[in-house]
Amino acid sequence: MADIRVMREDLPPAQPPRRHLISIRDLTREDVERLLATARTFEHSLEREVKKLPTLRGRTVVNVFYESSTRTSSSFELAAKRLSADTMSIKAAGSAVDKGESLKDTVLTLGAYDPDVIVIRHPQIGAPQLVARYCSARVVNAGDGKHQHPTQALLDLYTIQQEVGRLEGVHVAVVGDVLHSRVARSLVQALDLVGARTTLVGPPPLLPRGIEQLGCETSSDIGAIRDADVVYVLRMQRERMQAGANYVPSLREYTARWGVTPERLRPGQKVMHPGPMNRGVEIDPAVADAADSLIQSQVRAGLVTRMAVLYDLLTHGPIPVPAEAALEVA
Amino acid sequence: MLVSRDTPRDDVVVRGARVLDPVQALDEVLDVRVDAGVIAQLGADLDTNEHRVVDGRGMVLAPAFVDPHVHLRTPGREDEETIASGSRAAAAGGYCAILAMPNTDPAVDSAAVLGALVDAARAEAEVPVGFLAAITKGQAGEELTEMAELADAGAIGFTDDGRPVASAGLMRRALQYGAVTGRRLALHCEEQSLSRDGQMHEGAVSAELGFAGYPSVAESLMVERDLALAHYERRPLHLLHLSARESVDALRAARDRGVEATAEVTPHHLCLTDEAVRSLDSNLKMNPPVRAEEDRRALLDALRDGTIGAVATDHAPHARHEKEVPFEAAPFGVTGLETAFGALYTHLVEPGLLTLETLLARMSDGPARAYGLEPPRISVGAPANLVLLDTAATWRVHEHGFRSRSANSWLLRQRLRGKVALTIAAGRVAFAA
Repeated sequence: MADIRVMREDLPPAQPPRRHLISIRDLTREDVERLLATARTFEHSLEREVKKLPTLRGRTVVNVFYESSTRTSSSFELAAKRLSADTMSIKAAGSAVDKGESLKDTVLTLGAYDPDVIVIRHPQIGAPQLVARYCSARVVNAGDGKHQHPTQALLDLYTIQQEVGRLEGVHVAVVGDVLHSRVARSLVQALDLVGARTTLVGPPPLLPRGIEQLGCETSSDIGAIRDADVVYVLRMQRERMQAGANYVPSLREYTARWGVTPERLRPGQKVMHPGPMNRGVEIDPAVADAADSLIQSQVRAGLVTRMAVLYDLLTHGPIPVPAEAALEVA
Repeated sequence: MLVSRDTPRDDVVVRGARVLDPVQALDEVLDVRVDAGVIAQLGADLDTNEHRVVDGRGMVLAPAFVDPHVHLRTPGREDEETIASGSRAAAAGGYCAILAMPNTDPAVDSAAVLGALVDAARAEAEVPVGFLAAITKGQAGEELTEMAELADAGAIGFTDDGRPVASAGLMRRALQYGAVTGRRLALHCEEQSLSRDGQMHEGAVSAELGFAGYPSVAESLMVERDLALAHYERRPLHLLHLSARESVDALRAARDRGVEATAEVTPHHLCLTDEAVRSLDSNLKMNPPVRAEEDRRALLDALRDGTIGAVATDHAPHARHEKEVPFEAAPFGVTGLETAFGALYTHLVEPGLLTLETLLARMSDGPARAYGLEPPRISVGAPANLVLLDTAATWRVHEHGFRSRSANSWLLRQRLRGKVALTIAAGRVAFAA
């Protein structure tokens, strides 16, 4: 009978250092500052008549999107093209995923083409780690369930830095459905990393228990946004707010109580939103279109920030993530 | 009724081990002789005759373990575990008896299904196996099973494990009617309107990772309900796999009121907290989930003082491809039969958090008593149910080393101290390293 005994192959395989961007937690403040500086460099390059840079010529970037997306998928694709990489985009609909293929098998298939980077969006937490485990490409998380959306947080930092002029000490109020928001989770961590201050504002059932330990304050009073330099409005996901879910009694009551309206803002307060917006629900159209709205700046920042991320992963900059983090045993 | 393969009993002498039976306050370096499966003599320099001789010097010989909570996946998922593979895994883990849960496909809710399992265990079980039957038909929580007939057919107890008996009214009827069987009800306590889509313990870690939380109160609320019903009906019950401090508090208070309640706790709830889930490893997904450090400490305190009398592995094998998916898509459950002693010795006994004596009692005497089984003893005339433990040996848990058909262990790649060297179950050598 075979026995459980110590064997050489029991030891975890020695893996070559790989670099992924899966969570803001994987980054240091220096990483963030380098990425933002790189993005600024690319911003200048986009002012030229010929916008394409040869930097990543011969590299392959595969975008795998298991959830619908307009701005994230388009900006990753354009970012890769602006850097002269070859790109390929795969959507779950119409692919073998429709035939029941597992994520593992899809990754093994794509991995056989030796892509340099796989950008993945997936409805389930931890899908990017799984991709990193089963192929040798660098992995960029473009949103995994309610967990993380690190490039969104980076582009938000970039936008705040450009428009407010600094990050250290900036006060950001994040308003809305924090419970279901990967944008909020990434942003709170990113703001904490660069020394900014965050207040989460929303109905109590939508503020997850224990979230304060990420380094933020919480309030269910919309008045709390008045102290902030930036008001960051989260999307109210209608599918989460159906009758019977009971996170809030109704969207109407949500809007009346927590909608971001001109009356609730101070003059000069900047307003951000990750999109897509529900005008008239979480954000008043007058706020969305006002001069202090940074929403269009965020979209532009998305392109240069994602260029910076791809460039950083493929040229330098340590963003290490163990493919399988060691178990912490208490 | 415990059932196993009917093969000849063995003649064995274990030489020079530290013989440790904490319940009898026996702790002495002795030889132990087993004649035809019965403990025949304890003493120094015993004659070996033609017996198989096992060198136990430097090791601990203790009453073999009893696991009150195992999933053998038969019938329905024989690709994950069978009675043969699960009982071989149990033997390798030092167990002389295991109790199988009825949440199979079909569920063990009729004498016909139970009878087939008992027959299969007679043909292939390496160590004695007992079967629990369902409380409700199909474990659907609507109609009681024919509990008296199931008890006659050999059911050790009754449980809808994997899910709660949601209706308090039906739970009360089960307690009342269950009295005619003389068997105990074992309860999975979960208020599902609170646990809902919960993937892990609700707290700072779930808030950060974005997982839907499974709060402690989802368990403790149901524990309190069931203890209140048991108190009212003056009936005993057994609480499965407790995970929360509040559940322990409720159990302690109920026992003080005179409720005859026993309880079990798993190695993973004693060793891990929700911090471990940060790895997003699907082998850390279990129901109930591992919780906060204060919960872990409360469980350990309760195990020490006997409020929780039993360690149960909740050995839950799952197919590899079903666990190689993102955390939320993975099924709940981890294996444990082959690693329980090593895990608890390494994480609790070695650091001085639990004595070896208490651990041995909670892995053998406690679980046997919870279901009214005869506890394994090291005394002359008792059936030989013995485990020889090499507490100096270290080993690394490897996915290819299991006798279980599944390898979804939370301990993969970890180095453990404490290894089973020999298991004698019902008088037969069931495992020898």
